[in-house]
Amino acid sequence: MNPPVVEARGLTHVYDDGTVALQDVSFRIAAGESVAIIGANGAGKSTLLLHLNGHLTPTRGDVRIGQTPLTRQTLPSIRRSVGLVFQDPDDQLFMPTVYDDVAFGPRNQGLAEEEVGRRVQEALERVGVWSVRAKPPYRLSGGEKKRVAIAGVLAMAPDILVMDEPTSGLDPHARRQLIGLLADFGHTRIFTSHDLDMVLDLCPRTIVLFAGAVKADGPTRDIFADAALLAQCRLERPLALQACPRCGRTQD
Amino acid sequence: MSAPAVLAGLLDFRRLDLLAAEDSALHRLDARAKLVVALAFVVCVTSFGRYAVAPLLPYFVFPIAVAAAARLPAARLSRQVALLLPFALLIALPNPLFDREVLLRVGGVGIAGGWISLVSILLRALLAAAAALTLVAVTGFPAICGALERLGMPRQLAVQLLFLYRYLAVLGEEALRMTTARELRGGGRPLSLRLYATLVGRLLLRTWDRAGRIHLAMCARGFVGDFRSGERSRFGRREIIYVAGWCGLFLLLRTQDPTHRLGAALLRLFQ
Repeated sequence: MNPPVVEARGLTHVYDDGTVALQDVSFRIAAGESVAIIGANGAGKSTLLLHLNGHLTPTRGDVRIGQTPLTRQTLPSIRRSVGLVFQDPDDQLFMPTVYDDVAFGPRNQGLAEEEVGRRVQEALERVGVWSVRAKPPYRLSGGEKKRVAIAGVLAMAPDILVMDEPTSGLDPHARRQLIGLLADFGHTRIFTSHDLDMVLDLCPRTIVLFAGAVKADGPTRDIFADAALLAQCRLERPLALQACPRCGRTQD
Repeated sequence: MSAPAVLAGLLDFRRLDLLAAEDSALHRLDARAKLVVALAFVVCVTSFGRYAVAPLLPYFVFPIAVAAAARLPAARLSRQVALLLPFALLIALPNPLFDREVLLRVGGVGIAGGWISLVSILLRALLAAAAALTLVAVTGFPAICGALERLGMPRQLAVQLLFLYRYLAVLGEEALRMTTARELRGGGRPLSLRLYATLVGRLLLRTWDRAGRIHLAMCARGFVGDFRSGERSRFGRREIIYVAGWCGLFLLLRTQDPTHRLGAALLRLFQ
């Protein structure tokens, strides 16, 4: 196994109101891995993601990105290598035009304007929405917004992509296209999702959170085969793995 | 506050941003030049005596010229400027009550000073609003904040202004969602004061949450407290000509009173 690029050790987070959101969470993710973090609502997925690029500070335990522990001093460099795509693109897109929005990150990195232009074009072409660069983000469809939000993070050239519910709110076609797009990325990828079919397509490995703790961590197919575990964690087998309603056979 | 009204306000607000993304010789000017000219304009217009009406009229040439040169949609901008009139009226309305001295006689009817100063206030409000709107429409709010900062305003203040602008849109969106939700289930009944208070409180909390998420997303993309716009444009010869030209004209209009001269010349012609 490659050396871990993302490592959490005994990560515990207690919110100000006393809610324990994460409890002694530990895992190691290697370079190039694609990992899903799944769990019921309130299991701690979002809290965990916010730890991965330093928006929250652990109550106990720590997070390391590559060889670097996450501290106040290392925050800028860690945010450069961990790209976080938010669930609701409307929270992320705020500049007057798509181009300016995607350029926001690279400009904050202090890059020269030619380099910014190159990155923006590359990122927008990568996700297939270069044609809407002059439009204001709020005029885009949900699928386009999602792509622009991803481009905004890609333009910063992160090593690790962290995405919160990438397929939420997309129509089936846009969802399928996005899954195809994400499958092609070479980054280390970490997704949270309730879209377990997407998880099956994109992530060979799955971490299951339950009440803030890691309940299971292993090959996605094994986890989805464990009916008792899924039921306990308020999850369901993905449709692709469920028996055919007509003939009763499963896919494999 | 009905949903369509909120929506219309919001869209107009965002369309101003769109106008700023267009391209014209004016758009390409350094934002500082446009800002300085707009400020000089407002200072000039407000520096007249309280009964000034006719000398203010030539100043309309500035917003009109800017709108024409940048091919701005004049009708829409005029509507937006007119939206500000009620506020100015609110301020000016007491004048005719307190200032009843007759200053002018038109065909035997005496016009009190209060009415003249009311018209003067309205004109100034129109002029200032027109100048501000055209400034935003050809520059864009982020660029104006950048210009303010480059002109010496503390960065914290400039960033605050930008956030204010950004969150205003967020507030509008949240308000729109809430009014729609209320209208759908409100059965057309008017809003009680108590419910209104709850809604406003809820709006604040929701906006607050959303603003927090937006800030998170900005930090995730390396935001460290300063907005960098792409073009670091230069204050070159065009800018100097633009500033000198307009400021010269404003001063000329301020000191020479061309309306008065024109009127006098016309009188002489007919006599």
